[in-house]
Amino acid sequence: MKTWIAFVNILKKDMQSYYLKPPNISWGLVFPIAWTLMVFLKSPGTFDVRNLLPGVMALSVIFGTTSMLAVTITFERRSRSFERLLLAPLDLSVLILAKTGGAVLFGMVNALAPLLLALFFTDLSGIRWLSLFGALFLIAVTSTLLALFIAVSVREVFEAQTFSNFFRFPMIFLCGLFIPVKALPLYLKPLSFILPPTYGVDILKSAINHRSDFTLSLDFAALLVFATGLFVFSMRKVVKKWIY
Amino acid sequence: MEQLTKRYGSFTALNGITFSVAEGEFFGFLGPNGAGKTTTINILTGLARPTSGTAWIAGYDCFRERKKVKELLGVVPDESNLYEELNGFENLCFCGALYGMERKTRERRAKELLSTFGLEEVALKPFGAYSKGMKRKLTIAACLMHDPPILFLDEPTTGIDVASARQIRELIKNLNRQGKTVFLTTHYIEEAERLCDRLAFIVEGRIVTIGSLEELLHDFRKERILEFSFAEGIGEIRVPLEEAFPEIAVEVKGNKALRVHSKKPLNLVPFINFFDDRKLTVYEAKLILPSLEEVFVKITGVELEKMKQEKEGKKS
Repeated sequence: MKTWIAFVNILKKDMQSYYLKPPNISWGLVFPIAWTLMVFLKSPGTFDVRNLLPGVMALSVIFGTTSMLAVTITFERRSRSFERLLLAPLDLSVLILAKTGGAVLFGMVNALAPLLLALFFTDLSGIRWLSLFGALFLIAVTSTLLALFIAVSVREVFEAQTFSNFFRFPMIFLCGLFIPVKALPLYLKPLSFILPPTYGVDILKSAINHRSDFTLSLDFAALLVFATGLFVFSMRKVVKKWIY
Repeated sequence: MEQLTKRYGSFTALNGITFSVAEGEFFGFLGPNGAGKTTTINILTGLARPTSGTAWIAGYDCFRERKKVKELLGVVPDESNLYEELNGFENLCFCGALYGMERKTRERRAKELLSTFGLEEVALKPFGAYSKGMKRKLTIAACLMHDPPILFLDEPTTGIDVASARQIRELIKNLNRQGKTVFLTTHYIEEAERLCDRLAFIVEGRIVTIGSLEELLHDFRKERILEFSFAEGIGEIRVPLEEAFPEIAVEVKGNKALRVHSKKPLNLVPFINFFDDRKLTVYEAKLILPSLEEVFVKITGVELEKMKQEKEGKKS
């Protein structure tokens, strides 16, 4: 019960202090609209909202989670308010789950914005909702944990932002969003296979457009392995780097 | 704690320190900047791991039973580190929640503490808008939210105005009177002198002395010091004075004052007569008792003013 109170309040504070601020909410809406508009202007003739949706949703999750968590944790570490959390009688795993929980929720809510917008332009029947939300959740978890890895590795907020881009942009181009994994040059394919979003995007494509490169069970299994591995790895890094 | 050691690469921050603090005691931990005070607090409160050594708090192993230990501790770090965007009331409630306090309980406690610390009027202002003194008070209030029996206060009055510092000292003393064990680090010697039951001096990661104020001053008070001030210049008086009183050592302080040091009790009259014979008018004669500040300076070799300036400069 005591742990639960702490968990909920850390999550609530982060949502109020960081994630539900107007600039973040507007960014969550502007980003998918701008992206969709860009694709529409590029090729208005072949434009298909439903084809575009997996990519825009995945990008919203990846950008939403990584941009916020790495920065907020680094900021709290710099102002030393993070010490408050480390001094509390909480298991480190609970603390990490609470801190990452906000980013996961924010990422998922971000992804719902393009989905809701798509409702106005296309028929969304036939979507496999369970797979879709499962994928969104696991993409959000893995990219949040990547952001945590970034936060653990840097000291300054600007470093967190730079380091985030170092991960995000290669990931976008290698995970099958723009170029299908099958079409990637042979030497880039292994890189694609070790990126969590590759499997997340594949599930989204399967859930929305019923096309995929891998089987659904392989996609989910890979994402679960990535999520668990990243969580264990991040925990170790946190203990090593933050509890001196 | 026993043989607590902390190394950062080749730098030894703590070099096998051993000491204990009794329940309900007000313990002062003094030392120059970089001596290892904050490292000790960080290790005891779970923010750092020792390289070697052991420590227990209330019978719990600080490193194996961290969660239980943390429940007993209230920690005020050397910088006020609450959330700038939350107001005073929200900050206190959040800190209470971290210790698993129910909403109603933490709200009631937060109001109680805001009143105790005289912060009701600014309760709904963001912490970022507080003055330094108010920030410090709220940070202390935050560490009391879960009513811990043991308090770690790292430089609680550094860098704040005199009135707030005095108020904070009174509040801390009252907490100790209520039975809380207080572990205080400070570089204000007079603060330690006034508040602490026992003190330890740490220099370069080693405890150089530990004891009550009386015990610390005892060795230094074995020496008697008489200070004489004169109405006129004293000239070359040191040598004749030492020849006349072979058991003393003379320390000339400027042109119109001197100090007489002796291991034996001193009688004032022969000195007055000696000066009178030389037509020197004694303006003032006083017995000097070594202060804790002098003891600190002698033991650590650190000039206090310089240390204060460094510390306050760092904080502002």
